[in-house]
Amino acid sequence: MDEKTLIAKRVALELADGNLVNLGIGLPTLVARYIPAGRHVFFQSENGIIGMSGPIAGAANPDLTDAGGNPISALPGAASFDSAMSFGLIRGGHLDITVLGGLQVDEEGRLANWMVPGKMVPGMGGAMDLVSGAKRVIVAMQHVAKGESKIVKRCALPLTSVRRVDLVVTDLAVIEPTDKGLLLKETAPGVTVEQVMAATACELIVPASVPEMAL
Amino acid sequence: MKKLISLADAVALIPDGAVLMVGGFMGVGTPPNLIDELVNQGKRGLTVIANDTALPGVGIGKLIAAKAVARVIASHIGLNPETQRQMIAGETEVELVPQGTLAERVRAAGFGLGGVLTPTGVGTVVEEGKRTVEVDGKTFLLEKPLKADFALINAKRADYYGNLEYALTARNFNPLMAMAAETVIVEAEDIVPVGVIPPDAVATPNVLVDYIVAKERRHG
Repeated sequence: MDEKTLIAKRVALELADGNLVNLGIGLPTLVARYIPAGRHVFFQSENGIIGMSGPIAGAANPDLTDAGGNPISALPGAASFDSAMSFGLIRGGHLDITVLGGLQVDEEGRLANWMVPGKMVPGMGGAMDLVSGAKRVIVAMQHVAKGESKIVKRCALPLTSVRRVDLVVTDLAVIEPTDKGLLLKETAPGVTVEQVMAATACELIVPASVPEMAL
Repeated sequence: MKKLISLADAVALIPDGAVLMVGGFMGVGTPPNLIDELVNQGKRGLTVIANDTALPGVGIGKLIAAKAVARVIASHIGLNPETQRQMIAGETEVELVPQGTLAERVRAAGFGLGGVLTPTGVGTVVEEGKRTVEVDGKTFLLEKPLKADFALINAKRADYYGNLEYALTARNFNPLMAMAAETVIVEAEDIVPVGVIPPDAVATPNVLVDYIVAKERRHG
């Protein structure tokens, strides 16, 4: 199993039956493939739909895409709406879970994921509203990029929100930001606690026993 | 009440330097012929308020490539490298606004509000230069209304009064923008007789619409 699949499978376990969920562009979209059997999850796309399918090929409806512009279909029971309603759902506390990619998460559980000054300025899109408003924020990202840990003492990159995220799932570990610091909850299969600590650029709270991800 | 207008005449109403709201999300829900005609007529110095600048060669991406735009107010430009290039080169000014805040700023203008209080952006670079307001112990940013000279709207169906119906995710910012501009120009996939669109399906009431771009019949 590659790293992205591992992350997506672990995140998928967090989605409960009946949840309204928004998946960010990129790695988070993979999560939809691994929803445990028997759970019905409603996916929102912020361009204005609840009840979207994954990307489709073939005869596409030109009036119906996901937030990345990929053709999708509307599942039976879907609802479509304008951008104010879409972000009312997000900001108003009606969205159970958002899963977003990350550039950095810091010791206080704050996320930076929308720009690298001078290099990459795509814009925040819906990310700031999603992190501010969703009931649960799950960050799905690689633990280390280009040799540097993405879990740091303090985000050097511009923050997406000052809100503490609820869970960070990486290819090495599951980490829960708490008011006391980052709590190591699980390690990836075959990964030791020491390896996670070595790949993390800040302190982790390590319980006496840390289970392996049950995938 | 003559709202039908030719494409060329509709776009000729828009002067260089005008502030435009353009519906759409990655080009979906953006009026294609109005965009092409803005490029044809060689408009310059436009301010474009929109969710994004789409992709190169798509929707607002065509205006960017044609150097018609001096200023962009959008939530996302990440899928159009040309917008980013123009921004870094100082050719085009870009103001990035969180998507939900953009929707609410447009809505506030159209709904006659003095602004909105949102938690989005508190403690981030978005807060810079803005007032914060505390309500019941929670901090919000005061975000001001956004208005435009023209709104360019893409509807699924318009009737000859100008009542509009939208389709699926092509709706997005269109109904909000149709309330927030001095002059509202609509391009619809179909124009239907009055009475065809059921009242419950009308998302933009006709009184908001100034012009409907007429269908052109072509031969040869």
